[in-house]
Amino acid sequence: MDVNTKDISTQSFDVLVIGAGGAGLRAAIESRSRGLGTAVICKSLYGKAHTVMAEGGVAAALGNVYSEDNWKVHFRDTVRGGKMLNNWRMAQLHAQEAPDRVLELEAWGALFDRTDDGRILQRDFGGHRYARLAHVGDRTGLEMIRTLQDKATSVGIEVFMEHKILRILTDANGNACGALGYTRPSGQFVLFKAKAIVLATGGIGRSWKYTSNSWESTGDGHALAFSAGADMIDMECVQFHPTGMVWPLSVRGLLVTEGVRGDGGALLNSENQRFMFNYIPEMFRAETAETEEEADRWYDDHASARRTPDLLPRDEVARAINAEVKAGRGSPHGGVFLDIASRRTPEYIKRRLPSMYSQFLELAGVDITREPMEVGPTCHYMMGGVRVDADTAATTVPGLFAAGEVAGGMHGANRLGGNSLSDLIVFGRRAGIGAADYAEGLTGTVEPEVSQATEAASEALSPFSREGGESPYRIHADLQECMQTLVGIIRTETELIQALDEISKLKDRASKVSVQGGREYNPAWNLATDLPSMLAVSEMVARGALDRKESRGGHTRDDYPSPDPEFAKVNLVQRLQDGKHTVQPEPLPEMPDELKALFEDDHAGQAPKEDH
Amino acid sequence: MTEVTMNIWRGDSSGGSFYEYKLERVEGEVVLDVVHRIQATLAPDLACRWNCKAGKCGSCSAEIDGKPSLMCMTRMDTLPNDKITITPMKTFPIIRDLVTDVSFNYVMARQIPPFTPGDPEPDGTYRMQQIDIDRAQEFHKCIECFLCQDVCHVIRDHEVNKLYYAGPRFFVKLASLDMHPLDTVDRRELIRQHLGLGFCNITKCCTEVCPEHIKITDNAIIPLKERVVDSSYDPIAWLGRKIRRKVKYTVEQAYALAPAQVAPTALDRVSATAIDDEGKS
Repeated sequence: MDVNTKDISTQSFDVLVIGAGGAGLRAAIESRSRGLGTAVICKSLYGKAHTVMAEGGVAAALGNVYSEDNWKVHFRDTVRGGKMLNNWRMAQLHAQEAPDRVLELEAWGALFDRTDDGRILQRDFGGHRYARLAHVGDRTGLEMIRTLQDKATSVGIEVFMEHKILRILTDANGNACGALGYTRPSGQFVLFKAKAIVLATGGIGRSWKYTSNSWESTGDGHALAFSAGADMIDMECVQFHPTGMVWPLSVRGLLVTEGVRGDGGALLNSENQRFMFNYIPEMFRAETAETEEEADRWYDDHASARRTPDLLPRDEVARAINAEVKAGRGSPHGGVFLDIASRRTPEYIKRRLPSMYSQFLELAGVDITREPMEVGPTCHYMMGGVRVDADTAATTVPGLFAAGEVAGGMHGANRLGGNSLSDLIVFGRRAGIGAADYAEGLTGTVEPEVSQATEAASEALSPFSREGGESPYRIHADLQECMQTLVGIIRTETELIQALDEISKLKDRASKVSVQGGREYNPAWNLATDLPSMLAVSEMVARGALDRKESRGGHTRDDYPSPDPEFAKVNLVQRLQDGKHTVQPEPLPEMPDELKALFEDDHAGQAPKEDH
Repeated sequence: MTEVTMNIWRGDSSGGSFYEYKLERVEGEVVLDVVHRIQATLAPDLACRWNCKAGKCGSCSAEIDGKPSLMCMTRMDTLPNDKITITPMKTFPIIRDLVTDVSFNYVMARQIPPFTPGDPEPDGTYRMQQIDIDRAQEFHKCIECFLCQDVCHVIRDHEVNKLYYAGPRFFVKLASLDMHPLDTVDRRELIRQHLGLGFCNITKCCTEVCPEHIKITDNAIIPLKERVVDSSYDPIAWLGRKIRRKVKYTVEQAYALAPAQVAPTALDRVSATAIDDEGKS
């Protein structure tokens, strides 16, 4: 079906932000506050983006609970948690700027839980040496998105709700200067012209069967950037959160916050053992408790006791749970037990974890103040993503910026809990500045190639003109099955090759789907237009996983079970080169000596000196 | 294995009717799961909104057997009948099937002068005691599912009132701003004259449907009514304000302090203008 320009309406802005979660809104606020015409595109309604589901908190070395905390400790925790694969400059900026960004949210109206002296309370989380997560019970993401939403409204940002972007448009010189999408209520196409574009589209979880992600997380930004020619890094590094719900089946994968363990919950197997004591890796042995007594004492006293192994970084805990279940020591529905009922009072649990309490009570009929939860790993977060310049969030495509989950590098091979919310506001702001600077520096008019837009629109409409093809729901289900079984927590070469073969068949099937009905709010058509993103991202994950012949962070290879020091020095970069999809190792940016020094004196419990 | 019949309203702004879908029951499912199974098998183009499927985003609002509810938090085994009826929210215009146009709410959000804090402590940060923010934190739990707006008879049964009435969601918002320890704006005249707090006759329907269990009527609306009435009609309170040291910003000052005027988007420009004009007349 051919589409001509008459069928496409046009909107023009200085800065276009694709994605209305934490990073997108923060970028838009920054750009708009500089006086630039700024639009935000939401895939859903305004304020429903996936940020809303973040539970535990936002990590920032405010030092309100432990005054020993500072950005260097946070930086070191982040890079060790990321198994040294992080972009050092991003990790540094993140640790340095997160406190200011959190305080800024407070000045914009956010109400974080308080310490006794009226400052922002901080909670313990996996991999963070000190209690560091500013939080609001277990609904921190909601507080954050509503605060940013109100701020964005007050500075006058144009919001396009329920729009799906199909393609980033470039001008004749290859500079990004527009985007083509459609609005879901009417199905009409819209061409957005902009001097600069910020991608803030979030994650990719919907390609897996069991995921904590909502329907929006189809990796649109990853796919858009890749097809626009941007470099992608470390796409094999996918985080499986150790604690998702496992029962009932219909809610399998739904997130159970790490805050349960941060606030005293312990993991148990079917033999009632705290099995995490058997899975302490060498890298973290010096700073992890050896006995249950020490682990329990640590909650109140970080000075004389070391942290509980229940709060090891997420990759370690997810692998441990996976191993326990495989060894036959799992819970009845194929997870393990997470017990806070026998360890904290009902009043404490309801005050600290109100949404966990109601989530389990209402969806599983489990009262978490009286009985343990059943939990297991769930696909949660994409560490890999678009390669960006740390300071400006610029991608390798001129005019295109990226922030938040869609950007790679910040979290290395494994993200620490709480570091994503801080990532959003630190790099959201930087992307806003980067895009605004770029837009202000441009002269002349912005002219995206119209043929790209009409081509993308025609392609999107093609499922309507085909008869007798498969349903997009069927292909989506098969893709989820494929990624869950073949590109899950533990990977092997044979399975990854099989996965790539299946993805290629699924791509072929997806190119022949049929959709009935009209364009107005048609979920089958919407899914059909999401499939290309999911398939592109799935392929990138599998190809990266095949080439990274080692185990590191979220990427675990059964056939290469150890980390390989050679792979520690490289990002796996994927890009389209002359129409060909390539994967190649490229050296990580070299960390300066003064930061390297932070990793040399590994004395557990001792903070690097603050001299900044 | 037992069967269930889902009786779902389908159509668009020009009209519609009920369609029946028969499916097997699956243990532990919520209504949204069944709607998804209908989409995957029987009616691929059945339109509904959803996002988180965990009661955290407030997207999948609908009326289940007549009761405004979140589809993702309504377990099938809590519904007694073998035939379950789902209709879209009645208060808002239909887009398609179970999807309604809720832009009224986003327009209303723009009428509220933004949070405007006072000066911070000398170190540049703020201090607040937990006990002073407990109530406002209750209001911040709102997930904007708009079920309270849907059930409120002031706008559910009287379309014209949408021009003069913010609705329970925004009374909760206004109460949260009013009770925020750092905020400095006095919005009481705006609430009384333009946002229609007086229309609410505290039937508590909003409280009953709130999936976050916010005590909308008792904790937000009634205290807000008391403060608004005090400010307008109580001579002693009026005198007290005159001699009180700390002066709050007026609504106009708050708008001026915001980095930019609250501006409607392309989506709601037309209706926003209508509300502005009517509200002032």
